[in-house]
Amino acid sequence: MNAATINRWFGRGWLGAGFVFLYLPIVALVLYSFNDSPIPNAWRGFTLKWYTALASDNEMLAGLWLSLKIAFLTACGSVVLGTLAAFTLVKYKRFAGRTLFSGMVNAPLVMPEVVVGLSLLLMLVSVQRAIGFPERGQMTIWIGHMLLGMAYATVVIQARLQDLNPQLEEAAMDLGARPHQVFYLVTLPMITQSMLSAWLLTFTLSLDDVVLSAFLSGPGATTMPLVIFSRARLGLNPSVNAVATIIVVIVAIGVLMASYLIARAERQRTLEMAAANRA
Amino acid sequence: MLQRLRSLATGRTAVIGVPYLWLLVFFLLPFLIVARISVSEMENVAFKDLVSFKDGLLQLSLKFSGYQFIAEDSLYFDTYLRSVQYAAATTLLCLGIGYPFAYFMARAKLTAQPALLMLVMLPFWTSFLLRVYAWKGLLSEGGWVADVIVGLGLDQLLFATGLIEAPGRLMNTPFSLVLGMTYTYLPFMILPLYANLAKMDLRLLEAASDLGATAWVAFWKITVPLSKAGIIAGSMLVFIPCVGEFVIPELLGGPRTLMIGRVMWDEFFSNNDWPMASSVAVVMVLLIIVPLAIFNKYQAEAQEARR
Repeated sequence: MNAATINRWFGRGWLGAGFVFLYLPIVALVLYSFNDSPIPNAWRGFTLKWYTALASDNEMLAGLWLSLKIAFLTACGSVVLGTLAAFTLVKYKRFAGRTLFSGMVNAPLVMPEVVVGLSLLLMLVSVQRAIGFPERGQMTIWIGHMLLGMAYATVVIQARLQDLNPQLEEAAMDLGARPHQVFYLVTLPMITQSMLSAWLLTFTLSLDDVVLSAFLSGPGATTMPLVIFSRARLGLNPSVNAVATIIVVIVAIGVLMASYLIARAERQRTLEMAAANRA
Repeated sequence: MLQRLRSLATGRTAVIGVPYLWLLVFFLLPFLIVARISVSEMENVAFKDLVSFKDGLLQLSLKFSGYQFIAEDSLYFDTYLRSVQYAAATTLLCLGIGYPFAYFMARAKLTAQPALLMLVMLPFWTSFLLRVYAWKGLLSEGGWVADVIVGLGLDQLLFATGLIEAPGRLMNTPFSLVLGMTYTYLPFMILPLYANLAKMDLRLLEAASDLGATAWVAFWKITVPLSKAGIIAGSMLVFIPCVGEFVIPELLGGPRTLMIGRVMWDEFFSNNDWPMASSVAVVMVLLIIVPLAIFNKYQAEAQEARR
């Protein structure tokens, strides 16, 4: 065996081991959700009882419903704010306080969540004391999630906006389109795909968040991750495995569908480009 | 024409203004409030005004007892130090595993790379909380990973280095904590490194080999220095959130692995001591402000380079 072959197999081995490391926990979660044993880690045969138990688990179901509502609102709000912020960063090179703005946009990405959660909570409490609003609950969690979601949405949409050919927008302007027409007719269709990925990303982020929700939730507003977290803290719990499996299945379907749609759009575009070139 | 200019100007103001205002109100203002509360005296549930004007005397009262307490009480100092140590260990492990991983990914067949990239990102989409929870099962007695480690006798090694308290008991130790953090943050190391390594000009390596460098020398003298920006970005993306991590130590850590996020949490939720919790938060921000500045600098440079 020569050095190049050894090298190639070493590379493959490293990648393989890395993927085992990344996926092992997910495989274990799914498998043990079918374990017919109250003692975790001891395999006693196949069962679906944890899933049927889930159907009457009111705490978990209420948490899931609340989480889905908040995640939907978060994703929509984050994409709107993220698009505006990305547009600002890419198109407007000079305005008062640009450095502060770009610093603030990126900061929530790396700031420890406990710090963001604490500071937001202390502010909301101060406001509530002053004007009696807002009550802690769904809305305050939504604000917190949107703060984080906006940062992620901005990164995703900004990357796409930077790659756009500015001549397309200039051409539309030369042809007499007004700025808002340029945006809706030229820019928006070109960044739709990145807005969609930003929507999905912020939706999953919100659906998964523990720390911000813990700080910002009030009585009666317990999201699904908070339910899972409080159970997982106490020890291993098969109901958590069942929830995990359902999430994994939904994600797998979603990703497969998204990649199919993207591949189809790509093919469509290649065909259209070829047709345009022939003409 | 004039009207058009005006509409352009107002549109521009709205586009900049809305996200700007949002960040000022919900990001910057809360930090200022935390800074203020960290030096405030608490009376029942209200805070005393920092500046008061009484009997013709203007008084500025700042209470630094929280900071003084942090500086004097070894609990806080030790916890900060421990948090930084665990974060640093996690960063090094992620770099050690992630660099070769990103390197082999970037040198894989071009047709295979999108699929590999997707496989790295896919776990992102399934709940982070649930994946951390899964390690609880894998590492506790009878779990798959625990069986392998004990079967190979590696637990003796971990015990000898003080990473676990007793042979065969892997959970709730520094070992399980750092493993969980490495697992969670590994993709954050791989992705910037891959983005960097994938666009490297391979002709440089050919030139090095023509000039007589071995592959090993070329790797250390060319590939690694050229990927410096990726290494720094990845390391900061791992290190900074790890310092303040809360969920992973709660699920995988133990009594010996108290981290600063938990201390702040307890000051706030258990002791109801808002000024103290705020002081801990301010010190935490000061701790990460240097890595944060480095990260922002490289991020800005990378964005300039894209154009």
